[in-house]
Amino acid sequence: MLQGAEGGGIMEIYELTIQQLHDKLKKKELSSVEATRAVFSRIDSVENKVHSFVTISRDEALRQAQEADKRIAAGDMRPLTGVPIAVKDIFCTEGIRTTCSSKILENFIPPYDSTVVARLKKEGAVILGKTNMDEFAMGSSTETSYFGITRNPWDLERIPGGSSGGSAASVAASECIASIGTDTGGSIRQPAACCGIVGLKPTYGRVSRYGMIAFASSLDQGGPMTKDVKDTAIMLQVMAGHDGMDSTSVNTLIPDYSKGLSGNIKGLKIGLPKEFFIEGMDREVDDAVKRAVKEMERLGAEVVDISLPHTEYAVAVYYLIATAEASSNLARFDGAKYGYRASGVKDLLDMYKRSRAEGFGPEVKRRIMLGTYALSSGYYDAYYLKAQKVRTLIQKDFVDAFKRCDVIVTPTAPTPAFKIGEKTADPLQMYLSDIFTISVNLAGLPAISLPCGFTSGNLPIGLQIIGKGFDEETVLRAAHAYEQATEWHKRRANI
Amino acid sequence: MALTKKEVEHVANLARLDLAEGEAEAFKGQLDAILSYVEKLKQLNTEAVEPTSHAIPVNNVFREDIIIQPLGQARALANAPDKADGCFRVPKVVE
Repeated sequence: MLQGAEGGGIMEIYELTIQQLHDKLKKKELSSVEATRAVFSRIDSVENKVHSFVTISRDEALRQAQEADKRIAAGDMRPLTGVPIAVKDIFCTEGIRTTCSSKILENFIPPYDSTVVARLKKEGAVILGKTNMDEFAMGSSTETSYFGITRNPWDLERIPGGSSGGSAASVAASECIASIGTDTGGSIRQPAACCGIVGLKPTYGRVSRYGMIAFASSLDQGGPMTKDVKDTAIMLQVMAGHDGMDSTSVNTLIPDYSKGLSGNIKGLKIGLPKEFFIEGMDREVDDAVKRAVKEMERLGAEVVDISLPHTEYAVAVYYLIATAEASSNLARFDGAKYGYRASGVKDLLDMYKRSRAEGFGPEVKRRIMLGTYALSSGYYDAYYLKAQKVRTLIQKDFVDAFKRCDVIVTPTAPTPAFKIGEKTADPLQMYLSDIFTISVNLAGLPAISLPCGFTSGNLPIGLQIIGKGFDEETVLRAAHAYEQATEWHKRRANI
Repeated sequence: MALTKKEVEHVANLARLDLAEGEAEAFKGQLDAILSYVEKLKQLNTEAVEPTSHAIPVNNVFREDIIIQPLGQARALANAPDKADGCFRVPKVVE
């Protein structure tokens, strides 16, 4: 155990934030090997309850920790050097199995690293293993994983959110110092909200998608999932940046995100979209978000009422565009070059059809079917093209809204974490749990979720702050100022 | 607009998915529910609206034509379900 960085409190090593661990490593109070061992012993004691991981790469991680200690001793230390990090099993990791939580990739060992993982490694971060997720990131509860469900550390009978549920749960259960996830329609922010942690979806194009297994290429974006906003800023600094291997990654200036956390939001204009505060929303969520807005006002922000009139169409647009892109992206899983192949096939067509039928789970098949239908001859204009046009209207709503405000504040999800099994029978109900996050992906904007309270049943509630394109700096500044004025981020799940 | 079972089977064939007994019926019900939900898009007049395929318009991304180290045959084949003579092996296509 350690003296807490806040002074006075006793803190376990595995509970540290990136910044706290970094300081201890730097002062040689602790080595990366010690920190990594402490995190693994935490994993050993709680993983059977939570199941955050699909694959744990213990030996590799300890080797990386030894290397990190050498770097630190040599004075070559970066903000993530020696910091144990969990990686969503959608990012390719050279030599470490990468499954996307699907049977079809059960034995896939990538021959290369995704750009994000390569950047973490270059910094000297320690990769603990690969976290559980909804199969191919398709889901909001991590229940569609081929490798079994992940449980919410705050209430083991509830889902951790999804699709980056394993990444969120691993942070909330202190099975890592920080993690990374991906967000196509809310898959970083919604699980962050469910698990009471911080999660950022950067602007589309901010973080390279190279080596990140594609779900919907015009929407997917990787981002950090951490214990507080400062850590998100530290992680984003490493993850962000142009990459020649991803032609949609944008070559634009990257500010110093940690420096931008001034704590000052005086005069910041906060837009409240009336469409996000609707009848039927969970009362405790609604109250917590409104109290958070009041707190931000107290800190000097100005509240502006705005409207995003096409919000009610976002889920419909998303489920046509995302599935259409998925149906085409997932065509590569054909049993020929890698991944699962059905046995005893009679010809090539049979090989394709049976390998895919046996290798994909029901939700993935459902989405491939929907996307194929939306793109098929005779329906393309009515569904796919129509959805793309409404996407333009949704994007324009944000352009208009941001003429009057600097950030937009909403709940992250309409309810706290729901019970395991509660929505699995009704795909549409499951889709509606992303109702507040989806339009952000359609518009390509950055948005963060951070804790803003707890329900009477001690379940975390998430606050979403949406920014202008490539203005993560303001999003982080607003989130950090609110966080520092509250205590929510200091609570840890008791498991 | 309700899908027919035949349409579901047609889409499954396009998607190269073998359907198990009863699966076409199950998909039909679920896809019907989702398709009737997305019908709400028809409420909007979008005649004069340009479609958006990407949130951030990036066009014609070029790079220098530089020779880099390829993955190599052995590593490219490492995950192959079946291989022979340095090639991926699949069922016979041409008689």
